Amino acid sequence: MDNDDRRVRVTRRTVLESGTATAALMLTGFPEVALSAEPLSDKAVAPVAVDLQINGQSHTLHLDPRTTLLDALREHLALTGSKKGCDHGQCGACTVLLDGRRINSCLTLAVMHDGQSITTIEGLADGATLHPLQAAFIAHDGCQCGYCTSGQICSAAGMLGESRAGMPSYVTADLAEARPELTDAEIRERMSGNICRCAAYPNIVAAIREAAGTPT
Amino acid sequence: MDMNAPIGQNALDDPKSIVGKPLDRIDGRLKVTGAARYAYEFAQETTTTYGYVVEAAIGKGRIRSIDTRAAERSPGVVLILTHRNTPGQGTGSHHEAHPVLTDANVNYYGQPAAFVVAETFEQARAAAYLVRVDYERVAGKYALESNLKYAGSPPAQEGQPHPDSAVGDFTGAFASAPVQLDVTYTTPLQSHAMMEPHASMAVWEGDKLTLHTANQMLSQGQEAVARTLKMPVENVRLISPFIGGGFGGKLWVNADAILAAIAARQLNRPVKTALTRQQIFHVTTHRSDTVQRIRLGTDRDGRIVAIGHDVFSGNLPSEQSFETAAMQTRTLYVGANRLTRHRLVPLDIPIASSMRAPGEAVGMLALECAMDELAAKLNLDPIDLRIRNEPTEDPEKHIPYSSRHLIACLQEGAKRFGWDKRNPKPGQVADGRWLVGMGVAAASRGNPLRTSKANVRLDPDGILTAKMAMTDIGTGTYTIMTQIAAEMLGLPPDRIRMELGDTRFPEAAGSGGSFGAASAGSALFDACETLRAKLAGAAGMDPKAARFADGNIEAGGRSKRLTDLVGNAGMEADGEIGPGTTLKDFSQQSYGAHFAEVAVDMDTGEIRLRRMLGVFTAGRILNEKTARSQAIGGMVFGIGAALEEGLNLDPRFGHFVNHDLAEYHVPVHADVPVIDAVFLPELDTKSNPLKSKGIGELGISGAGAALANAIYNACGARVRDYPITLDKVLTVLPVQA
Ligand code: FES
Ligand code: FES
Repeated sequence: MDNDDRRVRVTRRTVLESGTATAALMLTGFPEVALSAEPLSDKAVAPVAVDLQINGQSHTLHLDPRTTLLDALREHLALTGSKKGCDHGQCGACTVLLDGRRINSCLTLAVMHDGQSITTIEGLADGATLHPLQAAFIAHDGCQCGYCTSGQICSAAGMLGESRAGMPSYVTADLAEARPELTDAEIRERMSGNICRCAAYPNIVAAIREAAGTPT
Repeated sequence: MDMNAPIGQNALDDPKSIVGKPLDRIDGRLKVTGAARYAYEFAQETTTTYGYVVEAAIGKGRIRSIDTRAAERSPGVVLILTHRNTPGQGTGSHHEAHPVLTDANVNYYGQPAAFVVAETFEQARAAAYLVRVDYERVAGKYALESNLKYAGSPPAQEGQPHPDSAVGDFTGAFASAPVQLDVTYTTPLQSHAMMEPHASMAVWEGDKLTLHTANQMLSQGQEAVARTLKMPVENVRLISPFIGGGFGGKLWVNADAILAAIAARQLNRPVKTALTRQQIFHVTTHRSDTVQRIRLGTDRDGRIVAIGHDVFSGNLPSEQSFETAAMQTRTLYVGANRLTRHRLVPLDIPIASSMRAPGEAVGMLALECAMDELAAKLNLDPIDLRIRNEPTEDPEKHIPYSSRHLIACLQEGAKRFGWDKRNPKPGQVADGRWLVGMGVAAASRGNPLRTSKANVRLDPDGILTAKMAMTDIGTGTYTIMTQIAAEMLGLPPDRIRMELGDTRFPEAAGSGGSFGAASAGSALFDACETLRAKLAGAAGMDPKAARFADGNIEAGGRSKRLTDLVGNAGMEADGEIGPGTTLKDFSQQSYGAHFAEVAVDMDTGEIRLRRMLGVFTAGRILNEKTARSQAIGGMVFGIGAALEEGLNLDPRFGHFVNHDLAEYHVPVHADVPVIDAVFLPELDTKSNPLKSKGIGELGISGAGAALANAIYNACGARVRDYPITLDKVLTVLPVQA
């Protein structure tokens, strides 16, 4: 497609069915094109009940099923510690722990997690006593603007669990090794899903290294 | 006070001063527990609605028709703003106003075309995709390099450096110089990519507007909102206690704030909105790409006799600001004959504006690589070349430097980094299949000062409250301001309540251009000085002789509790700083030296940074720990500029193809190996009462050039088009035997 004003008309069905149409879409990238042909339903989306165990507390919510887990936390439970940096799984700011494993809460719908237990940054400290990662982030100045920080800390908590369980990473030299040593290079590789534009990176690595040695 | 004379001995010079100490960030606990609240996160009423921007999907033209019927029928929708129902607004450059939805014209891709407001975010987003816009597209000018013929001289403007400078006879001197270097560098379009998206929540009470908004310069923003909405400044309040990074992207009021404000007024309900990550790239500002020609002429010993720097950058036809890339070329090295010129190309792409170290960040990518090329040509060590060209006064303005320790930074860095182990001949050091090299570059960044005010009050409970409409964008403002107030009044830091981020507080410079700490800190210093004098007066002591420590004032062997002097109402003082003659009488920059070691895969051209060191001087360092963090942050921006970052413009449609964080690559953990920043001791008595200089942008200035020079040293590839990606290295990589 060149510089003329020709419109590509595609329905959502042809997008699904035709690789060619998809290619045309990617080329132009205009949102209007993809959604112009068939108006969506003007009926309200019925709310869905979901029970979320968040930081040890049960919350029953009635949510628009399109609500992401991240927006459920931020907009419906006022747990704004989890941050939205991209809403597309590209930055890690929204990282929370789902049954102990780290996930991007922007990439999953809240209604998919009925009955599951979720730990957010608000649930890491033990009362007034900070989690060792939180304390180490302060001591090593692991945050500047603070917007990536919740995600970095939750991600680090999940990552340390993965490392203790012996999971290898891309930089692990010997995949057969039962428990690869958590070197700085391993920490950097495993934390690379969490962007920090302020670039507190060396301080974050120092904080994680310190907290990794602290029993939790 | 205005900065009209050098500063003598003052309270901060006490060797035991808490100013400078590596105090933990005082807002650290709020940040690590998720309790710090950003613009989108303020407690809201159930009446709060959500706004979602619809962007124009053409580069230039007009909206022929806009069909909002389906969107209006969509559940939860309460308002759709388009140019048809949006009230007229005040205008100005993007520094002064930000009118939205003004008419049917589309000036750039992504310009807001509609704003959909609904009861929930999900509803607003779904409805936004039902707005159908029919466009009439006209041909636009999008790419800088193919439109250089339209370049013009931007008008000289108050508050912006003059686009041109000339000393002596550059053309003649360059032509007759025994050694000549004439090279052209390009730098790409870049995006701030701060982690917090631009977000605002607007609440009206009668004719008074409160905006929770992510904004770096609140006092200026307050005026811009008032001007845009044509309302009195005093009826506008901006609140921004925490900002998730800015880097220049939140210097000005953006569409999110104005759209939310207009919609909230029409609905008489609070409206909040955040740009999506994809929208940020077009709806807000970016850094222009540049084409930069550098000419250096030297004598046979490498002393510069002619230095020239021509810069092209682009902006919307309605905007006059340009990328001031030659600013350091005007002052960094000797040379009797000098010429710098900035030209601006009118382009139909989103607004180009300041991004971290506007000017220096990209200017020094060119200048400091050209210096490396010159050193190679002269067969000189690059540090030696810089020593030979160290000026004793500003070579263009012929005034002294306020303080300058560039050579000390280069030499100290060389020692710490092991520069003597560098093989000057490229492509000689191999480590397996990696070719390893080292590079150096100078860092230099202008040191501005702006008008700023502060108010302090000491209450009978012993708490000192300081208020400023200042911001902390991650720079550590809360912490360093606490240290200044604590030292001045002799109180422990936990007795200081630092209140920032609200235009109800005294007008402040805000965070930008490396002027934040100096300007707001000096205003606070001034307020504390006045309070000290008042306290001394109340104690019947000579303010000059009084010492403040442990909550007491002492003089002449007498000591009094401060809390006994302030009365029931507490005691208040105001302070103010303004730039003065020292900015004209002295050439003011902070300086440093970057060292980088990189490895280049000899077969694939893959580039890996191995280690990096920055050694800086920036006057008094206000907090050793946060200063180091900030300097490293700048250096990592330099890594991004050298190796990764660049918006890819589609020259047919004027849009940035890679407008998200998956495709616009910024450095991640794995890209940042061993890296450190060190500050050498320095005090600058000409800069401000704190004797400090700006550090927020020093770290990026020159950093990428050190990597580029290391790549050349590693493998002999001199890439002049940033970012230096492996495809570009491959084409110049010497073929392996
Ligand atoms: S907000 Fe979820 S990954 Fe960015
Ligand atoms: S602290 Fe600002 S993005 Fe990480």
